Amino acid sequence: MDFRLTPEQEALKKEFEEFFEEEMKNEPPGWVWGLEGLFSDVGWPFNVYMAKRLAEKGWLVRPWPEEYGGCNAPMIEQLIFGDVLGYYCAPGVDPLGVGMIGPTILAVGTEEQKKEHLPPIARAERFWCQGWSEPDAGSDLASLTTKAVKDGDDWILNGQKCWNTGAHRADWCFALARTNPEERRSKGLTYFILDMKSPGVSIVPIESMDGSKHFNEIYFDDVRVPSRNIIGEVNGGWAITQTTMNYERSSVGIMSGACRGLNELVQYCKESRLRGKPLSQNPHVRHRLAQLAIDIEVGRTLSYHVGWLQEKGDIMAAAAAACGAKVYSTELWQRVAFTGIEIMGLYGTVAKGSKWAVLKGQFEDLAQSTPGYKLGGGTSEIMRSIVAWVGLGLPRIK
Amino acid sequence: MDLDFTEEQDMLRNSARDFLSTECDKAMVRQIEESEEGYSPEIWRKMAELGWQGLLIPEEYDGMGMGLMDLVVIFEEIGRNILPSPFLVTVALGTPPIVEAGSEEQKKEILPRVSSGEAILTLALTEPSVGYTADCVELEAEDRGDSFVLNGTKLFVEFASASDYMVVVARTKSGGDPEDGITLLLVDSKSPGIKIEPFATTGMDKQCEVVFDNVSVPKANIIGELDKGWPIVAKTLEKATVAKCAEMVGGMQAVLDMSVAYAKERVQYGRPIGSFQAIQHMLADMYLRVETSKNILYQAAWMVSEGLPAAEKVAIAKGWCNEAYKKVTEDGVEVHGAIGTARDHDMGLYYRRSKAADPTFGDTESQRELVAQQLGL
Repeated sequence: MDFRLTPEQEALKKEFEEFFEEEMKNEPPGWVWGLEGLFSDVGWPFNVYMAKRLAEKGWLVRPWPEEYGGCNAPMIEQLIFGDVLGYYCAPGVDPLGVGMIGPTILAVGTEEQKKEHLPPIARAERFWCQGWSEPDAGSDLASLTTKAVKDGDDWILNGQKCWNTGAHRADWCFALARTNPEERRSKGLTYFILDMKSPGVSIVPIESMDGSKHFNEIYFDDVRVPSRNIIGEVNGGWAITQTTMNYERSSVGIMSGACRGLNELVQYCKESRLRGKPLSQNPHVRHRLAQLAIDIEVGRTLSYHVGWLQEKGDIMAAAAAACGAKVYSTELWQRVAFTGIEIMGLYGTVAKGSKWAVLKGQFEDLAQSTPGYKLGGGTSEIMRSIVAWVGLGLPRIK
Repeated sequence: MDLDFTEEQDMLRNSARDFLSTECDKAMVRQIEESEEGYSPEIWRKMAELGWQGLLIPEEYDGMGMGLMDLVVIFEEIGRNILPSPFLVTVALGTPPIVEAGSEEQKKEILPRVSSGEAILTLALTEPSVGYTADCVELEAEDRGDSFVLNGTKLFVEFASASDYMVVVARTKSGGDPEDGITLLLVDSKSPGIKIEPFATTGMDKQCEVVFDNVSVPKANIIGELDKGWPIVAKTLEKATVAKCAEMVGGMQAVLDMSVAYAKERVQYGRPIGSFQAIQHMLADMYLRVETSKNILYQAAWMVSEGLPAAEKVAIAKGWCNEAYKKVTEDGVEVHGAIGTARDHDMGLYYRRSKAADPTFGDTESQRELVAQQLGL
């Protein structure tokens, strides 16, 4: 065993760190971490700016082949990139375009689809959203009812999607629709991609508990999608969703984001007194922070383990470990947020913008947004079930 | 980066697994636990034939000259199978101080006998205050010219009862920095004035009280330098903690495997209980605890074996494994239902060990304090 990075990997890591250290100085006033930092009015222009900077550096889609703007970067390098990106809590990498639909098109798209859609993602000119969940199809995604009916060479989509992260900012959408009404579940679904400017697409924001608006409902009202915008086969969409879900699920960015959060908390506790005593000398505080440090270090090794399994092509083991890492990282991120606001006491309730806000009010914000991380992209319960079925071979009752 | 074991280590694991399952089935484990010695001299001899006791001992002293990662493999298998024996105290506590700091005479006298299985060693560190820090070392070694005289009590000296030699951590100077003034002495366990009394514990691991009553130890038996013994103890504890964590990780894996197998075969309400989500999610969490414990253990072990500063990483690994092993065994009993609580069910063997492993070389609370200090708090 050898946990060391090669000198080349160390140099690359340093280059990433220097870049983000410098670029994050451009963070606009009032900018905070998380989805808010990607999709809010303050966050979006900075997100786009960072995406373009990353594209200029050739770093936005490093694992992709050169002809589509990447450099065939191995998994370990991508893990390092995700680690650094996460630590700086930096925006710029579209989780849906760069993270999901791009790799899906690369894997199963036609040559035309690759030529049409990959370069705009690599150049940070086209942002994506996901149209999967519906009001009555959350974890049970295969029960979705949005339908697509063939009309000549086109398909007509009708239905409602929800929890569409960043749909209000997105240029394109990858969506699932039922093309065979005879099949109730996964067999009758088709994977479409569509321009969000298509007639009949409308978006309604869903306001989160903290007042932010990153989630949406998307309504399809007779939306016309040409057949060439089907990924894979008609009625073959389900298998492709499984492909989409399997890319880079090490959750390393959340682990390192949690590390950043802890470092800021530690600094705060060193500098602050509460109830007459320095926080850093309160044994309860010391031990809560130390436990987070333990959890974070353990989480990072888990992410690197997932990356290693993916690199080796040990797909089943990687899938189980990746689901475990998703549960672990999102619960960890929430624990960091909760520990932060609890240590801060009443200061932990002060929202960003106030002069009394501690650490820019980011922990107040995180404490409300982190529950969502445990739900998006597969709830912790679904992830645990997948671990049980795939990792442990336990029986699945259909 | 290479996060896999080598082919040789995989082979070592397989042979260890075969050996242990052949030589020490669970009936044997119980028989050894109940015995006065607390270990099987016959298995001990066979282990020596495989070279296990000499794994970390250089070849010139009849050892195998292998590394800590190899030892991790063996301890994982020991934890998985369970082998009550003075193996950890001999190879990870008693031997390292001699290998690291012993004189040529001490090495020549002791190490080949450890390798051959003739000599059992242990470390007499903890006292009734049960701390693993230098300030807890009070047992006094009084300077009498050519020799020291020991008076005091060491407590929780595992397998002192079976030992031929104890590496005694004694105080030779007091008043200043507690880490200054600690001396390691190689002491024949049969020396006049030593009284060793084992007592019953959860882990049935032959913990002993060792009372020193005017025990004379020649100065030639100092390991390393006078007053400068603490860094050797600290380094030894790092290795021993890694070995302990490996044993715990092996135990966790066994509990997970047993629980998954049982959940697949135990039928209630007409279907295997492993098809119920409540059980599946418990098992998924157990899996995650096992995987994470392995990963952090391997990283800590690798750092120690590379000679990198590893105190924080080892503390993180032990703190994590403590909680993971306790929770995995607790959930393992839960999955098994009432039968898991029975004395003649294997689950209890692991459950008891998880409770005993937690305070050994520092409980979670003390690991957290170490980590807090590393955070600069």
